[in-house]
Amino acid sequence: MQPMEIVLAKYNYWIYVLLMMIGLYAMLSKNNLVKKIIGMSVFQAAIMVFYVSIGAKQGATIPIIEDDPITGHIHEAAAQTINAMHYVNPLPHVLMLTAIVVSVSTLGVALAIIIGIHKQYGTIEEDEILEQIR
Amino acid sequence: MTPSEQLPILLVITPLLFTLAVSIAGWFNRKICYPITIITLSASLYISVALLLQVVKNGEIHYHLGGWQPPFGIEYVVDHLNALVLVVISFVALVSAVYSKESVKQELPDKIPQFYTLYLMLVTGLLGMTVTGDAFNLYVLIEISAITTYALIAIGKDRALISSFNYVIMGTMGACFYLLGVGHLYIMTGSLNMMDLYKILPPLYSSHAIFVSFILILVGLWAKMAFFPLHEWLPNAYTYAPSAASCLIAPLMTKVSIYVMIRIMFSIFSPAFVFEAFTAHNIIIWMAAAAIAGGSILALAQTDFKKILTYMIVAEVGYMVGGVWLANRLGITGAVLHILNDALMTLCLFLAAGIIVYKTKGHKLENLRGLYRKMPVTMGAFTVGALSMIGVPPTAGFFSKWYLISGAIDAGHWGFMAALIFSSLVNAVLFFRMIEVGYFEPFRDNQEEHDHNTALSPKIDEAPLSMLAPLVIVSISLIVVGIYTGDIVDSIIRFTVPAGI
Repeated sequence: MQPMEIVLAKYNYWIYVLLMMIGLYAMLSKNNLVKKIIGMSVFQAAIMVFYVSIGAKQGATIPIIEDDPITGHIHEAAAQTINAMHYVNPLPHVLMLTAIVVSVSTLGVALAIIIGIHKQYGTIEEDEILEQIR
Repeated sequence: MTPSEQLPILLVITPLLFTLAVSIAGWFNRKICYPITIITLSASLYISVALLLQVVKNGEIHYHLGGWQPPFGIEYVVDHLNALVLVVISFVALVSAVYSKESVKQELPDKIPQFYTLYLMLVTGLLGMTVTGDAFNLYVLIEISAITTYALIAIGKDRALISSFNYVIMGTMGACFYLLGVGHLYIMTGSLNMMDLYKILPPLYSSHAIFVSFILILVGLWAKMAFFPLHEWLPNAYTYAPSAASCLIAPLMTKVSIYVMIRIMFSIFSPAFVFEAFTAHNIIIWMAAAAIAGGSILALAQTDFKKILTYMIVAEVGYMVGGVWLANRLGITGAVLHILNDALMTLCLFLAAGIIVYKTKGHKLENLRGLYRKMPVTMGAFTVGALSMIGVPPTAGFFSKWYLISGAIDAGHWGFMAALIFSSLVNAVLFFRMIEVGYFEPFRDNQEEHDHNTALSPKIDEAPLSMLAPLVIVSISLIVVGIYTGDIVDSIIRFTVPAGI
């Protein structure tokens, strides 16, 4: 496979890796605590993008079986939904709802801690805080 | 279904519901938060002991949440390994809850309901992490316990906030790596149930994706358990947390993470993958040896006794990780036994440290001066914990260290054995330094400069009974567990070693 094709065929993975690295970079090397937290959020969002993309499928439908309103029978198009080939896998999406809740609460706790740090040290720059501690 | 069949879910639901009860009760009367917590944790201890007895009698328990059959529904599994860890968690939680009363009153007088709400929530998370048989459910519970830990540490004084912030960054990174690894497993297998994954995975053992997922999960868990190069967040976080919180967090968080690592290694993957297809186990044992040596050397450089204890935890994590990766019966037995013993001795030392902080208002080595005269019971119990940490028979610490060293000899891994012995020697040096300061140096009031305050500052003598009784119970249990090691190994730990080793 050509290098370009590898990138294009699996572009969802490349996007998540890129986002993840941006997040990781910000978490590890930014001096401002709020920027670190933004990096953390990007990092978590990258993993959500990864999960959502593995469930997605082109031209697929939702996994709901619908009765035809006129005949009362299962609609022909909907009948195809029974076949796993034709619908989007909902499980990764549902998992990510939980992961979003987790990441929001982590974000909340982290921001609350930053407020506390600002009250205690009067700054949210890491190097200035370290100077005060020493 | 009879109530006894519902025990696995009751174990997690009870503290969860009472978390809400405590936070609501706190609005009306903050005095009832403490009794509610004690009652809830006694119930948890009762349930986990009942589960352990059931497992010993009848074997593994499988509980299907909402009656949905796995792999579609979430499953809770209790076997010998996690039944033991459940008892450890609920025992430690109950003991340090009893102990927390006076300490919380002194350190966090205006945050009593918040403290107990977080406390019960953390216990819920830890029990859930241990009992669950579903890889994604495990992620959620890891994060529940982690987020409550961040908050519990952040309500401490001094540098607590900034240490807690570093922990948030490291902890979140660890959990995200774990989640990513589970994502890779899901792509390859389409399942999240541990038993199901165990059945589907063998034909895929040579796949790169599975290899990467295993590494991601391991690195994630190592960040959570403070395995040596990733340990940076732990010492400060545990030192500056409120005493009552560090008594709960320090013995349990790292130990439960190690349990999770063992669960992933042998219940999702299998010894065939972990020790044969995955060829890095020798490197990991060397990393564990580095963790033990590094933790011990860093502990030598400290002048703060609470911080010395936290660096010892870093070294102890190396003991257990190395023991599991030795890939033989003795090593794994030693590691599982050490989860129990280390939880007890860390608890013993942190309870004693908490009492010293309660009385002397500081955790520097100078604060220990002359304390053997002033509070003999506390310091006696502290000495038992210290002897166990060094590994002196008949305390519990000796026996798990014995298993680990025999395992290292059996595997022919001399580097790991040397690290274990080196760490025991360093522990001996450190504790004798503390005992020397406490025993031989004369007592001096650390608040001399505030002489006019002497009437107000509390007299240094034995702590109140609600703090002393838990400490004495734990130090006696260290000796009792040590004496009954043989029975514990024969009736429980023998079954936790995976077949084929």
